[in-house]
Amino acid sequence: MGQQKNLDGYVGFASLPNQVYRKSVKRGFEFTLMVVGESGLGKSTLINSLFLTDLYSAEYPGPSHRIKKTVQVEQSKVLIKEGGVQLLLTIVDTPGFGDAVDNSNCWQPIIDHIDSKFEDYLNSESRVNRRQMPDSRIHCCLYFIAPSGHGLKPLDIEFMKRLHEKVNVIPLIAKADTLTPEECQQFKKQIMREIQEHKIKIYEFPETDDEEENRLVKKIKDKLPLAVVGSNTIIEVNGKRVRGRQYPWGVAEVENSDHCDFTILRDMLIRTHMQDLKDVTNNVHYENYRSRKLAAVTYNGVDNNKAKGQLSTKSPLAQMEEERREHVTKMKKMEMEMEQVFEMKVKEKVQKLKDSEAELQRRHEQMKKNLEAQHKELEEKRRVFEDERSNWELQQRLEQQKMEASRTLEKNKKKGKIF
Amino acid sequence: MASRDNEEKRNLSLGGHVGFDSLPDQLVSKSVTQGFCFNILCVGETGIGKSTLMNTLFNTMFENEEASHYQNGVYLRPRTYDLQESNVHLKLTIVDTVGFGDQINKEDSYKPIVDYIDTQFENYLQEELKIKRSLFNYHDTRIHICLYFIAPTGHSLKSLDLVTMKKLDSKVNIIPIIAKADTISKSELHKFKIKIMSELVSNGVQIYQFPTDDEAVSEINASMNAHLPFAVVGSVEEVKVGNKTVRARQYPWGVVQVENESHCDFVKLREMLIRVNMEDLREQTHARHYELYRRCKLEEMGFKDTDPDSQPFSLQETYEAKRKEFLGDLQRKEEEMRQMFVNKVKETEAELKEKERELHEKFEQLKRMHQDEKRKVEEKRKELEDEMNAFNRRKVACETLSSQPLKKDKDKKK
Repeated sequence: MGQQKNLDGYVGFASLPNQVYRKSVKRGFEFTLMVVGESGLGKSTLINSLFLTDLYSAEYPGPSHRIKKTVQVEQSKVLIKEGGVQLLLTIVDTPGFGDAVDNSNCWQPIIDHIDSKFEDYLNSESRVNRRQMPDSRIHCCLYFIAPSGHGLKPLDIEFMKRLHEKVNVIPLIAKADTLTPEECQQFKKQIMREIQEHKIKIYEFPETDDEEENRLVKKIKDKLPLAVVGSNTIIEVNGKRVRGRQYPWGVAEVENSDHCDFTILRDMLIRTHMQDLKDVTNNVHYENYRSRKLAAVTYNGVDNNKAKGQLSTKSPLAQMEEERREHVTKMKKMEMEMEQVFEMKVKEKVQKLKDSEAELQRRHEQMKKNLEAQHKELEEKRRVFEDERSNWELQQRLEQQKMEASRTLEKNKKKGKIF
Repeated sequence: MASRDNEEKRNLSLGGHVGFDSLPDQLVSKSVTQGFCFNILCVGETGIGKSTLMNTLFNTMFENEEASHYQNGVYLRPRTYDLQESNVHLKLTIVDTVGFGDQINKEDSYKPIVDYIDTQFENYLQEELKIKRSLFNYHDTRIHICLYFIAPTGHSLKSLDLVTMKKLDSKVNIIPIIAKADTISKSELHKFKIKIMSELVSNGVQIYQFPTDDEAVSEINASMNAHLPFAVVGSVEEVKVGNKTVRARQYPWGVVQVENESHCDFVKLREMLIRVNMEDLREQTHARHYELYRRCKLEEMGFKDTDPDSQPFSLQETYEAKRKEFLGDLQRKEEEMRQMFVNKVKETEAELKEKERELHEKFEQLKRMHQDEKRKVEEKRKELEDEMNAFNRRKVACETLSSQPLKKDKDKKK
């Protein structure tokens, strides 16, 4: 994307990693580790061995000593310092897991706990005013498998299937000092076979560009699941003080890689992959939770057909924005349609009015014509009549005159005027 | 859900080397693998030396055409480069403000700059809000530092400078620098710096303070804070001084050496910007400036953290509330439009009815007129008839009379 440029001299941004280092030390680190397994599998002992501290002690007993009727999820926070680096370690344990007679759904409180931590983080991430966002999400879940030597129990399979998409699951063979190396080898193979069979996704070590590192990673992968032994006691072996378990037949040393995989676990969990566990939790498990949650909120109430389609990458806000735009188009269309209908109706009515006006006008014209005709007729009649009358009158007068004249003549004759 | 949280944090001591002191290394190793990203915004008049300074800072020739003075407005030109130093990969983006200070009316000059900064924030926010997002491999384009180039007048800040910096100080880390510092004498420079800083303070402009909370760097940062604004000289040309070849500007009266701290503050700028505080600049951009933008944006859209009863909202509640409001809004709009149409129809109907009525009235009137006329005609007809009858009677009377006149005469003769 950017243009490659060669530098002609030392600029100094190679110190960026140092700056990052400095700031991270100042900030301090957090890590939350969950341990799950039936009681008596050595979980507290292992934690104490891993962190070389009495996290669990007589004062703060481990989960197996706090047997509950139902599965509880409890956490303890400890602050530990080493080489200037501060770590706030939260250990989440689950007393009561797998200890009941009926263990159906004993994983549910655990799932609920993990989800509630995701929920807390999501809420604090979504606030308008964001301050520090304390990260109490579970970064890793150590699952303890009882060293039966045979295979996984149904409970183991069920639990891992339900949790592998919510948290980094690292299965461990507990109390590995009850298995011989050959038995252990067999057991491991069997477990991995079953894990693959059930498509369980346990935590995977990331590939790096470094060949050396990849070789180490491959070595670790061949030893999965790791078989561990823990101990709270220090014993002297050949002049050395080591953590171990004293038996009549010898000492099982915790940190001896011939005896168990404890050092591999410790190195991987704490010294090399702690940051990656946090990153996978943040970038994969949390994001899955978040996108599912937001999709539910976004599509709540929206047409199901839309929701069935691919999960869009839009945020709920963008989704609403799109809906708003759709609605605007819809409204425009509706308005246009209504306008059209309205115009049409008005036109109709106006036309009707025009027609009726025309009709009335026509009738009026007609009547007027009639009347005029009548008028004319009448006038004609009158004229004729008057002519007739005046003629007759004239005639009458003429006759009258004639008669007058003849009468006068007769009169005169009689009078002898005529000889 | 029953879960007891043991909130007490116990301090425990370790019985040996556990190994988590490698955590910072693990973190660093991851960020080195991912690569780093840094974005610089250079604000300053055309020709003030922005490109030259960038070339000098990063020891490379970034391609650049000289800008003309006749731009219609200010526009921003971002260019991205991939640099590497030992095992560190840096994706550097340099954003140049082309045309800044060239217009006659500079009232709106700051706007494109503010818009650009906001756009980068907006893009990040949009990514952050997506349902399916990938923040960890998002190419971050948010501006981490704004180098504000002040012209070496020796007097004071220009009003354009004050206005622009005031608009930018809540959005980006600002480091003001005096450009082409080789045109100012030492004493003038000292006065100039004091004047500039006091003007910035009196106008409430917040510039970037090198952080003093980390003991490892607090001393050097504190002393550098006192040298602001840095008076810099940039040059990619090399001049032989003594038996060394250094980057410098050759004048007849002497050679200004870029990396000589008694000649200018270039070394200080490089130290602060790149070698000591680059990571802090990135952090401040994300934790302060971006958060402020985000907060304002969300508040604008109506999001709140607590409901009227001061109970905190959960994300779900917030979105659901927003959604309800949104749907209600749409519904209301639809109703309004329908109502408007109903009213329109009513009005038009009333109008048309009125017209109809008028028409009828008109024709009623005409009808009445007709009736009148008709009556008149009838009257006249009657009149005529009467006259005709009268005339006929006369006629008849006359005729009867004319058949009787002899008799009368006879009567008379007797």
